[in-house]
Amino acid sequence: MRKLALSDEILLSVEKPARYIGGEINSVMKDDKSKNDIRIRFAMCFPDVYEIGMSHLGIQILYDMFNKRPDVWCERVYSPWVDLDKIMREKKIPLFALESQEPIRGFDFIGVTLQYEMCYTNVLQILDLAQVPLFASKRGEKDPIVIGGGPCAYNPEPLAPFFDMFYIGEGETVYDTLFDLYISCKENRISRKEFLHRAAKVPGIYVPSLYEVTYHEDGTIQSFHPAEPDIPDVVEKQVVMNMTEAPYPEKPVVPYIQVTQDRVVLEIQRGCIRGCRFCQAGMIYRPLRERSLECLKEYAAQMLKATGQEEISLSSLSSSDYSDLKGIVTYLIDEFGSQNVNISLPSLRIDAFSLDVMSRVQDVRKSSLTFAPEAGSQRMRDVINKGLTEEVILQGAREAFHGGWNKVKLYFMLGLPMETEEDREDIAHLADKIAREYYAIPKEKRNGKCQITVSTSFFVPKPFTPFQWAAMHPMEDYLGFAKTVNHEVKEMLNHKSIRYNWHQADVTLLEGVFARGDRRIADVILDAYQNGALYDAWTEFWDYGRWLSAFEHTGIDMGFYTLRERKEDEIFPWDFIRIGVTKQFLLNEWHKAKEAAVTPNCRQKCSGCGAACYKGGVCVESKN
Amino acid sequence: MKVRIRFSKKGSMKFIGHLDVMRYFQKLIRRAGIDVAYTEGIHPHMIMSFASPLGIGLTSDAEYMDIELCSMIPSAEAIRILNQAGTDEMKVTGFVQIPDGKANKAMTLVAAADYEVCFRDGHAPDFCWEEGLPDFFAQAAIPVMKKTKHSEKEVNIRPMIYDWSVSSGILYLKLAAGSAENLKPGLVMDAFLRQKGIEPDPFAYAVNRQEIYADIGTDGKKNLISLYALGSEIF
Repeated sequence: MRKLALSDEILLSVEKPARYIGGEINSVMKDDKSKNDIRIRFAMCFPDVYEIGMSHLGIQILYDMFNKRPDVWCERVYSPWVDLDKIMREKKIPLFALESQEPIRGFDFIGVTLQYEMCYTNVLQILDLAQVPLFASKRGEKDPIVIGGGPCAYNPEPLAPFFDMFYIGEGETVYDTLFDLYISCKENRISRKEFLHRAAKVPGIYVPSLYEVTYHEDGTIQSFHPAEPDIPDVVEKQVVMNMTEAPYPEKPVVPYIQVTQDRVVLEIQRGCIRGCRFCQAGMIYRPLRERSLECLKEYAAQMLKATGQEEISLSSLSSSDYSDLKGIVTYLIDEFGSQNVNISLPSLRIDAFSLDVMSRVQDVRKSSLTFAPEAGSQRMRDVINKGLTEEVILQGAREAFHGGWNKVKLYFMLGLPMETEEDREDIAHLADKIAREYYAIPKEKRNGKCQITVSTSFFVPKPFTPFQWAAMHPMEDYLGFAKTVNHEVKEMLNHKSIRYNWHQADVTLLEGVFARGDRRIADVILDAYQNGALYDAWTEFWDYGRWLSAFEHTGIDMGFYTLRERKEDEIFPWDFIRIGVTKQFLLNEWHKAKEAAVTPNCRQKCSGCGAACYKGGVCVESKN
Repeated sequence: MKVRIRFSKKGSMKFIGHLDVMRYFQKLIRRAGIDVAYTEGIHPHMIMSFASPLGIGLTSDAEYMDIELCSMIPSAEAIRILNQAGTDEMKVTGFVQIPDGKANKAMTLVAAADYEVCFRDGHAPDFCWEEGLPDFFAQAAIPVMKKTKHSEKEVNIRPMIYDWSVSSGILYLKLAAGSAENLKPGLVMDAFLRQKGIEPDPFAYAVNRQEIYADIGTDGKKNLISLYALGSEIF
């Protein structure tokens, strides 16, 4: 019988105790004879609650890949929920890994995946509960190496003082090199400091303590450079160029409790050809790289067999761009539909093919279709380079309504650069036009009223996008933007068929600070955390006042990070990272955005973004 | 063809709630490749029903669920492949064919259950509690306040206690179970401690369910038989 880290009494007094017991099907145990071969104990942390963290594909990939090495035991850690957090602090119980149930402070590595900015206080919670010093500079020879990765690591600076190193890019490439280096340093009793120094020379590894920043009087960066001559100036993002050969978890862990993504996930491709100017993923994952159809078929069958899951979902930034979408979808339906496996197809463009497929895998009368026009007017869609015209949207809606659907969800952003009051009103107008398409169908052929749900989120400029220079707005403006849309929706002829939801504005501003912040922001995060900030991504725990006081306590001006349009020659905190796409390309795109000029997608025409330096994927497609 | 599965629930599995156990078995059956029947419709689900949900925190030697098979499989083979694809802490220990018909559903048959109850380490009362049991159970009536969603009322639980014994710190209870009458072992212990003037602590007892019974007696006479014994092995 497995010994658990927490007593029955504690487990029975917290919500969902199964979050903390591990032992799930396909989780990896190495506590038998194989324990002797282990040189590295790795704690893979997702700084949010179990149900969210367990739904994340990236961790499953690395967990599987690390554990294939006999000398590594990778275990999982999620943020204890607030009820257990309190008990662990009171009783001084050290944070433990799910598999071995052993404290992670004794591990070699604590790896933290950074998927969204609002998890930053949970990163501190993990270190704190683990009883590991929060600051990298305070850690000694016995402490684990704390390494961060994931999309937010593309601007690691706000978290820089808390991490020993960051891994920039896709995890499949240099972890083996890093592990081999660590093992040889450990066996030769090389100091932590020297290991970090050597690690900083591994491509993709950024050791923040080995870089120095100076600032201009106005607060912008004057210089950012290595503190020692043999440390590289530039950190190269890591990319997997052969997706078909890349490791993939054939036996994903099957949780006991229901998690957010309770299904098998099949990543069909990485990257995106579209080049939407607000989208960070679209730039940092360039170039688009596909997995072969044969490989996908094999993975789908293996994963369903190994998990017994009843649903499979395709994952990618834009599934309709997969060159043999028909092939994979038809295979899944034919092969697994009869075995009562649900097939879920997110991020599909609405057209005749996708509607036909969806009508075969879901109940048309109950399900809703999702469109993401992102902006209401054609002018704004050109500004953001969302290659989608009103006619295409209306055509998709028309076909969907004729196919029997009557529920449509529309996603938009508010507060985009160059956005005017008319653009915002056009969100309501577009929703109304879609409703009109529905009511153009003869009454006897309709399925009751239509339901159009309009949702807006506030735009946050992200590093490595053409909008990285853009200014955000003061809080009152954001609320005004939502008010405009809300008011205009009510004016529409079909307003009874349209529902409007909008997101909070204060979270957006903080996200904006973290997204483009520098090292000085770390003090704000620490102050807010010490004053109780945790689970900031959860509305029930979000407290804007606590953050405002943190800015006040640290004397840091939030407006400096949010309200300024950056000068074109400003040095950004993330400029030392090379992602293939050049700063010059992003700047050209910023200029084109100001003229509402569209850039073709990668398959239409190469625009010379710079990602061709990786010599693969869509960049060489037409040349093959 | 209807089949009854008996399984144990031990160790850390006591923290997995009833609905999650159901989901666990749906996936387990698919992993094992058992040819099981589904409902009709656009979102078919496995035909599956449980005898009696076990509360979080309790362990069990014998839980029951009924499923429907589309094709035959020998009991021994089914047990082997299910356990190969499952966790050690929730083992399939029986797989028997049961007669068709609603009257034979595990859920409707449940009449009684056996439990082992002991005090968790550090939670035992500081008197020789075992010696107080004979007098407690000898009472003609044991009134307790039973809380429901809407009200609180006094119930005599003595008729729902069918049998008891105690040895080396473990109390064995045979209690009424099912939809008509259901008595939780914790409630018996609470009543006992309260009569001794002790306010019970909710984490004090470790409870293990040992068996679930159907009543096949006639003319008001009880004849308890385990749900497993109502089925027959498939060869």
